[in-house]
Amino acid sequence: MAVGTPVVTADIPEVAERGKWRRIVREFARERPLGAAGAAIVLLNLVVAATAHLISPYDPLATDYGAMLARPSAAHWLGTDAFGRDVLTRILYGSRTAMLVGFVSAIIGATVGAVIGVASAYFGGKIDLVIQRAMDIFLAFPLIILALAVVSILGNGIENVIVAIMIPMIPRAALVARSSALAIREMPYVDAARAAGFRHRRIIMRHMLPNVMAPYLIMLTAFLGQAILLEASLSFLGLGVSEPTAAWGLMLRGAAVQFAEAAPWMAIFPGLAISLAVFAFNLFGDSLRDALDPRLRAQ
Amino acid sequence: MTRYIVKRLLLMIPTLLGVAVIIFLLMRVVPGDVVELRFAGESSFASKENLDKERARLGLDKPMLQQFVDWMGGILRLDFGRSMWTGAPITEEIRLRFALSLQLAIMATMIAVLLAIPLGVLAALKQDTWVDYAVRIFSIAGLATPSFWLGIVFILGLLIIFKWLPPMVYTPFWVNPWQNILQLIWPALAVGYRYSAVATRMTRSAMLEVLREDYIRTARAKGLWQRLILSRHALKNAMLPVLTVVALEFAFLMGGLVVTEQVFNLNGLGMLFVESVAHRDYTLTQALVLLVAFVFIFVNFLVDLAYAWIDPRIRFR
Repeated sequence: MAVGTPVVTADIPEVAERGKWRRIVREFARERPLGAAGAAIVLLNLVVAATAHLISPYDPLATDYGAMLARPSAAHWLGTDAFGRDVLTRILYGSRTAMLVGFVSAIIGATVGAVIGVASAYFGGKIDLVIQRAMDIFLAFPLIILALAVVSILGNGIENVIVAIMIPMIPRAALVARSSALAIREMPYVDAARAAGFRHRRIIMRHMLPNVMAPYLIMLTAFLGQAILLEASLSFLGLGVSEPTAAWGLMLRGAAVQFAEAAPWMAIFPGLAISLAVFAFNLFGDSLRDALDPRLRAQ
Repeated sequence: MTRYIVKRLLLMIPTLLGVAVIIFLLMRVVPGDVVELRFAGESSFASKENLDKERARLGLDKPMLQQFVDWMGGILRLDFGRSMWTGAPITEEIRLRFALSLQLAIMATMIAVLLAIPLGVLAALKQDTWVDYAVRIFSIAGLATPSFWLGIVFILGLLIIFKWLPPMVYTPFWVNPWQNILQLIWPALAVGYRYSAVATRMTRSAMLEVLREDYIRTARAKGLWQRLILSRHALKNAMLPVLTVVALEFAFLMGGLVVTEQVFNLNGLGMLFVESVAHRDYTLTQALVLLVAFVFIFVNFLVDLAYAWIDPRIRFR
């Protein structure tokens, strides 16, 4: 069989596509150095999360009672905690928890919210009204109580933290997506799709959703940072992931505050890790917003 | 105008009712109840009959619908009932905590606004210069820094540099204002930084948009003073979105400060939330959730009114 020829023809548009992406990335990096720096830190964080088991100097769970609360030194760059566990190792492993919770909850939260918002705008009328009222109720609902209830019902654990963080994102995403979709609903191509007899689901998913991509992406990067912050807060309160899992918020809990004066490195470094990760997402998200929103461009 | 206000106020009712239904059901899905938890401490006397007797006294043996109707009936008479855990009236339980949270929220707002407006305006005027970049990095860092961690760093800094700790026992403002401020200024700063970051970013982008409007160019062409253009023409119009984020952030602070309160050992509404859920104190949790939801909805309503008041182009329907 002639295997070669069809593959080559199929390759051409993909190469062009890849070239286009490379150009977009290069342009973004040149025009928005801050955003590119943010993206680089995000990538670095992802790499660290993926390779934590290779690059960490110690085992994140290994206790060493000979080196409890050790100051930063050549052996332990960022010192050790109250159990003699290496702080640097736990921070590297903690990025796993942060990235996992951040990406999963932000992507699901923003996507579910966007679908609801777009559907609400598309159908309009009574359905829109009912969905809007339901979203209002969830918006008014205090964040912390949702998290408390989810954890009390489902127990601690990373999946439940993701659920607790994701739920409050949905109405916020729906609000943003709906207001963008209201304008799109009036576009001729939506009428055309309807006239062509497409189903509602297809029109919403294939014709309207792709057109709210810009606000969706901006929202997503904002949610990523917020999710990491929320995870840290919940873990700090004992409502998030539980020991001995390495998580930044958890590292600030208990002993870190108790021994803060004697061993400040326990309280300082995990907080810096949280700030840097969220900072990077926001930096990238900001530049993305400026790039996608022509109204804010410098003249 | 009056019709609009009445309509908006009436629209709050279904939203609050929805919140009430959800928290009512949610609390009953959470395993365990207040009676079990309260008797767990003095386990030896807790026979099945005693538990049931206590449940009957609290009305927990009634059908759920009846319990809900009773609760709603109480609220209509402005009677929120008593805490199932302490037995004290709910209003009593909430009052002091509310005062603390309110004061903290007001102080944080003052810090945020004082920082945000000058910084935001400056960044917008000097767009894409190093000033703008510095302000943006400062504010993005504010969004990224967890308030509770900043609080820990403050305490640590005070302890290491000044060998001094802020007072850990709450003194109401009217008892000793100095003591009170000395304690609350640190959490207010920790929260205020994030808050100011939100407001600075909004001020900057609102100013950028307004500065591009035709009427600003007209004002410049007329040869008006730069300062007059800024204060009279630009800032006034840029303030609306800023007002919105400040108000929403304020509403959020009223119920969302759990972690910072924990770090500073403050007994505000946030800590009360955690305790009431941990105790399965249905009546107290329900009242708190309704209160926070009400504050949120009401602040939103006030923002909408302010919009109409400041911007005559917005007409009520």
